[in-house]
Amino acid sequence: MTAATVVMDKSAPTRPRYGSMSRDRRWALRWSYFFLVLFAIFFLTPPLYMFITSLKTSAEISAATNPWWVYHPSLTNYIELLTSSTYIIFFRNSAIVSIFVVCITMIISVPAAFALARMKFWGSAVLATGVFLTYLIPDTLLFIPLFKMFAVFNEWTDIQLINKWWVLLIVYPTLTVPFCTWIMIGYFASIPKELDEAALMDGANYRQILFKIFIPVALPGLIAATIFAFTVSWAQFLYPLAFTTSPDQLVLPVGIITTLIKGDVFNWGQIMTGALLGAAPPLIIYAFLMDYYIAGLTAGATKG
Amino acid sequence: MAQVTLRKVVKKYDEVEAVSAIDLDIADKEFVVLVGPSGCGKSTTLRMIAGLEDITGGEIAVDGEIVNDVPPKDRDMAMVFQNYALYPHMTVYQNMSFGLRLKHFPKEEIEKRVQEAARILDITDLLDRKPRQLSGGQRQRVAMGRAIVRNPKVFLFDEPLSNLDAKLRVQMRTEIKRVHQKVRTTTVYVTHDQVEAMTLADRVVVMNRGRIEQIGAPNFLYHSPATRFVAGFIGSPAMNFLPCRLEQAGDGLNVRLSDSIAFAVPAERVQRYRPAAGKELTFGIRPEHLTEAKTNGSKNLATFDAGIEVVEPMGNETMVFFSISGTEVCGRIDPNAGARVGASMKMAAHLDHMHLIDNASGRVL
Repeated sequence: MTAATVVMDKSAPTRPRYGSMSRDRRWALRWSYFFLVLFAIFFLTPPLYMFITSLKTSAEISAATNPWWVYHPSLTNYIELLTSSTYIIFFRNSAIVSIFVVCITMIISVPAAFALARMKFWGSAVLATGVFLTYLIPDTLLFIPLFKMFAVFNEWTDIQLINKWWVLLIVYPTLTVPFCTWIMIGYFASIPKELDEAALMDGANYRQILFKIFIPVALPGLIAATIFAFTVSWAQFLYPLAFTTSPDQLVLPVGIITTLIKGDVFNWGQIMTGALLGAAPPLIIYAFLMDYYIAGLTAGATKG
Repeated sequence: MAQVTLRKVVKKYDEVEAVSAIDLDIADKEFVVLVGPSGCGKSTTLRMIAGLEDITGGEIAVDGEIVNDVPPKDRDMAMVFQNYALYPHMTVYQNMSFGLRLKHFPKEEIEKRVQEAARILDITDLLDRKPRQLSGGQRQRVAMGRAIVRNPKVFLFDEPLSNLDAKLRVQMRTEIKRVHQKVRTTTVYVTHDQVEAMTLADRVVVMNRGRIEQIGAPNFLYHSPATRFVAGFIGSPAMNFLPCRLEQAGDGLNVRLSDSIAFAVPAERVQRYRPAAGKELTFGIRPEHLTEAKTNGSKNLATFDAGIEVVEPMGNETMVFFSISGTEVCGRIDPNAGARVGASMKMAAHLDHMHLIDNASGRVL
């Protein structure tokens, strides 16, 4: 804005000073592109570096050549990883855990959000805030008491919870459920009250209102929550690091780090390849759901 | 087809009484309009009939059966909301058939009913559209269609025309009346617009501050309001209210509006007003009963001179505004009577249509 004013002062000192919409727009666009490019460079450099490194052999990585160029491209890293049974096990564990966590989260969050948003009962407002506050407690603080709880549980029942991949199905929802419930409360609350009243008058019960009205209408919110839950469980590092140890129980992020670093030997090429391949599923899910998500967001947004 | 009965129905929000012990009998096939300013409890009353609000006291009965604790879905009523409340993700057809599908009606029956309702409302071409592709008036028709297909005991309308523009509102008003004449379902209709109330209702219920002021046929309310509130609320432009004193004048009574203006009370009303003689009252008269004085003046006409301050030509008539001892008064005159701002005009008050209101109770004498 200031830049535009300065230009005007010079060009027409005697005429009344009108602004120029096209000039304002040009300047706004210039700034937008400047920052867009800046952020694109900032965020895309690490994946690009990973990709470059993944195509190099260990010898080339440790050689003192230009790190941003591949002189002898090779797919050995990819072939070795994809044929190694441990990497496939990590991948499978991650996929199973993430899919189940998403399902569990939705099964708990959606009805919880519906109840908190719509069925006004004693303490519902406090409960809704409480749900969100739970999310604010960092997992770095939570894993110790959780660990302790599992130990006590083990003492009482003799059931071993540590070092089992499925225990992550219990642990991850402590992160995903509060946030997803919070998102869904917001989406459900934005649905006009008359809509459920109309459904009530039409003869629907609460279950039918939830499944036939609220979930379809709040589908964009549901997808946002799904993406969130999936991303959190796919990328979660601390909990699996703490709760699982043997290679057949590990998930991808921990697996890559623990098996590809032997002592002080860092197998950089494979680490980078593993991470890159690991990032693929969330990317694919985003790409598929994003169109749908945006379509849902903009449809019917304007009042006819 | 159903009668709806309200007995001493009370609604309290915490300590605030939104509806105070109202009694109302709605006959089968009747079109009843609840009208009043915002916050008068009319919508709350409707929602209590619907079952969307629980009631604090009293009882609501449908066909003699008390439904206080019956959930909305089992009351067999259909409601049309102010903002239409159409399901945005469903087509018009799905919207209209939703209630029937929930009750597991056979497909052919649903198809038949939806087509029939669509025909009545002239929305057959819209059945495949989504609500967002419809205009306000079309959405309102769909909302009505959704109510009609259910073939419920009672229709409930909650200010259904408030979101429409003026022209469409008049059209839809006629539409609603036409539909009611066709389907003859007991209807309770809430509005703050007295014109809607007058034009639609078999009986109008005027509400104010959680109480019923008066119940009656539209014309009866217009000509014989029971209270000052009803007198002022029904009719547009509103009735003129002037402070006055009722004076003895020999055998008769005089209404004194100012030092210079006093009317003789029509002989047939003297008996009725005599107990209030000597009191300070409010004189009420509608604008159409304050006209230009004509030469062939009929009985019970009181003439006076008025200094015209504002003239509003309406085409078929002209509104004139003038003051009587500091109170602005509106009269309704012939457009050819030649009213001019600043000029004095001979006006006539039609005293057969006057009202005297007791200031303390607000009741019309």
